[in-house]
Amino acid sequence: MDMIRRTVLKGASATGVLAGLLAAGVLKPTLAYASDWNKAAFEAKDPDAALKAIGAEGGAANKDLVMKAPDIAENGAVVPVDVTSNIPNTTSLSILVLKNASPLASHFEFANGASADVAVRLKVGETSLIRAIAKADGKFYNAQKEVKVTVGGCGG
Amino acid sequence: MADPMKIRAAMKGDVCEIRVLMSHPMETGMRKDSDGKAVPAHFIQTLTVALNGKAVVSGQAAPSVSRNPVFGFKVKGAKAGDKVTVSWVDNKGDKRSDEATVA
Repeated sequence: MDMIRRTVLKGASATGVLAGLLAAGVLKPTLAYASDWNKAAFEAKDPDAALKAIGAEGGAANKDLVMKAPDIAENGAVVPVDVTSNIPNTTSLSILVLKNASPLASHFEFANGASADVAVRLKVGETSLIRAIAKADGKFYNAQKEVKVTVGGCGG
Repeated sequence: MADPMKIRAAMKGDVCEIRVLMSHPMETGMRKDSDGKAVPAHFIQTLTVALNGKAVVSGQAAPSVSRNPVFGFKVKGAKAGDKVTVSWVDNKGDKRSDEATVA
């Protein structure tokens, strides 16, 4: 292991080698992330994998889960999204922007009288469906809406 | 240390509406600066809202949350004078905690 590390540090293309090692799973990233930030879920590249990592699933569409988002967002960097769950005993809400490189945008858990109601502003890279997933009594429900984006919000 | 948050908490009927504006760049790590170098990711990862010291909302965020994020929450069972504490931690370990009183 130490040998590898030396080589990596000396290598002119250190970043490239590191990336390769990371991909190969030789080196595990040991950055000090906040203990409860779900790295696997937020870095997942497809919505299903992200949901699985955070312990949720797609669920069924439910009209009691209400999502408000603009039809057309002129500026993809700031897209206001409001999610309200009127489903009794909703304990968590997840919001995904399906076409973003990492779809899971945020995840909230509610306790001690907090309503399952959250307003956020998201970056949306291109025209995409935005999907909210609610968890209530161990079951999952979803609502989604397409937001058309004229100027992407992920820089570049 | 980042700039203070702006927290507004007000009773509307029997529901307390909390709105928080956090001052944070929320860099995705994919953006490039004028020299074409990637700007390192720097974003809020976890946030907590507490009412009188009891956690009511715990959230996790990705870099796809907008710069200077605004969050809105609703809490039942609060009353005027209650203390709302909001705190966040970002991917560099930077953190911030601010308080407000329910109006």
